[in-house]
Amino acid sequence: MCLAVPGQLVSVTGDDPLMRTGKVSFGGILKEVHLACVPEAKVGEYVIVHAGLAIGILDEEEAARTLQYLQQIEALGEGAPGSP
Amino acid sequence: MKFIDEYRDAGAARRYAEAIARATTRPWTIMEVCGGQTHAIVKFGVDALLPPAITLVHGPGCPVCVTPVEMLDKAIEIASRPEVIFCSFGDMLRVPGTRRDLLAAKASGGDVRIVYSPLDAVRIAREHPARQVVFFAVGFETTAPANAMAVVHARRLDLANFSMLVSHVLVPPAMEAILSSPGTRVRGFLAAGHVCTVMGTTEYEPLARTYRVPIVVTGFEPADILQGLYMCVRQLEEGRAEVENQYTRSVRREGNPAAVQLIRQVFRVRARAWRGIGEISQSGLGLAEEYAAFDAEERFGVAGRTAAESPECRSGLVLQGLLKPPECPAFGTRCTPEHPLGATMVSSEGACAAYYRYRRGERPPAAHPVTEP
Ligand code: SF4
Repeated sequence: MCLAVPGQLVSVTGDDPLMRTGKVSFGGILKEVHLACVPEAKVGEYVIVHAGLAIGILDEEEAARTLQYLQQIEALGEGAPGSP
Repeated sequence: MKFIDEYRDAGAARRYAEAIARATTRPWTIMEVCGGQTHAIVKFGVDALLPPAITLVHGPGCPVCVTPVEMLDKAIEIASRPEVIFCSFGDMLRVPGTRRDLLAAKASGGDVRIVYSPLDAVRIAREHPARQVVFFAVGFETTAPANAMAVVHARRLDLANFSMLVSHVLVPPAMEAILSSPGTRVRGFLAAGHVCTVMGTTEYEPLARTYRVPIVVTGFEPADILQGLYMCVRQLEEGRAEVENQYTRSVRREGNPAAVQLIRQVFRVRARAWRGIGEISQSGLGLAEEYAAFDAEERFGVAGRTAAESPECRSGLVLQGLLKPPECPAFGTRCTPEHPLGATMVSSEGACAAYYRYRRGERPPAAHPVTEP
């Protein structure tokens, strides 16, 4: 139930911070999402959505860093096999 | 889909598993807290990739599974009233109460509707001013902002016909209950990434310090889980017990301040009973006094009800990592998703449901005795 899905914010409606909503694309499927908890979210950014509410903004740089982590630890492991 | 597919690469998963094997010198038991992670682990076979020294146990992080039986009974009672439109996440409909479930209440005429968001229930209340609309607010910290938001919207719109049956639970007190139980084998945790997206990571620091356990905040894709495990094993092997964050693309140390503020505005921390486990102090949320008018328990006079759990269901042990679902004598025989004895068999994040769906062929013989003619 804590499933939350990343999607791209494609448009924003309203300027009341509490009622602001936006259209979010989940792989092409558009859904209306409440934006009260991501006041700084901009069109084009990826938000993470749970139960109709965006609960966070995804950080692209950090996402890339996570994908590089494997190479980093393998580089470490090769230098000194068996060492931590 | 972006931010999903790239974390499901099978080659990367294998290389992570090798890195974990290289880093492991002793046996370790690690608990993934969140039911979403449990499902990913069982579905993608993450546990099968790990060296035999690493044991994964599944945790209590399934809100549907831990919602107490009496809450289900209250929900069913409210949903059966003719003036009520009862709105719930779909997962709750098949969860057994004492005698029946919400789906049975619907079959016998109750107006029970599945909604995707609590804000949909607010919209239904607006559209049906002559009916009482009740939302079944279950969930962990991840869901609390959406549920709080629904109450704030209802107040703004002056909706007198909207209320909530609240059964909210919190993750850190459950982790503490597991750590302080004498039988625990858990030496490290993967903490739930989306709970921490909302709340941040600071409340886990005293837990890591006090109980000397590494806690790695982890995402939900196979590469996330494997990286989280690698980080946890490294800490265990090096004798460290820190809070680390694997899921940095979503989790900041301070969490989401707007979401935390919303939760603080609408809810207050209180004791909650956990299905199969019992009451844990300070382990849940209830409506704050300013929002008591939206409390469905008061509105429909069901506050005091209690109920006993099925004596046969061992979900309490499953939820604490003390029993694997196939070790339950009822698993797959008297208890199936069609005829569940416990919530862990029907919730989409329940451990029993995950094993039933992906691992049925692998039941250990002891749990499934064959009678010789
Ligand atoms: S298999 Fe069924 S009876 Fe056994 S613990 Fe799981 S839900 Fe309960």
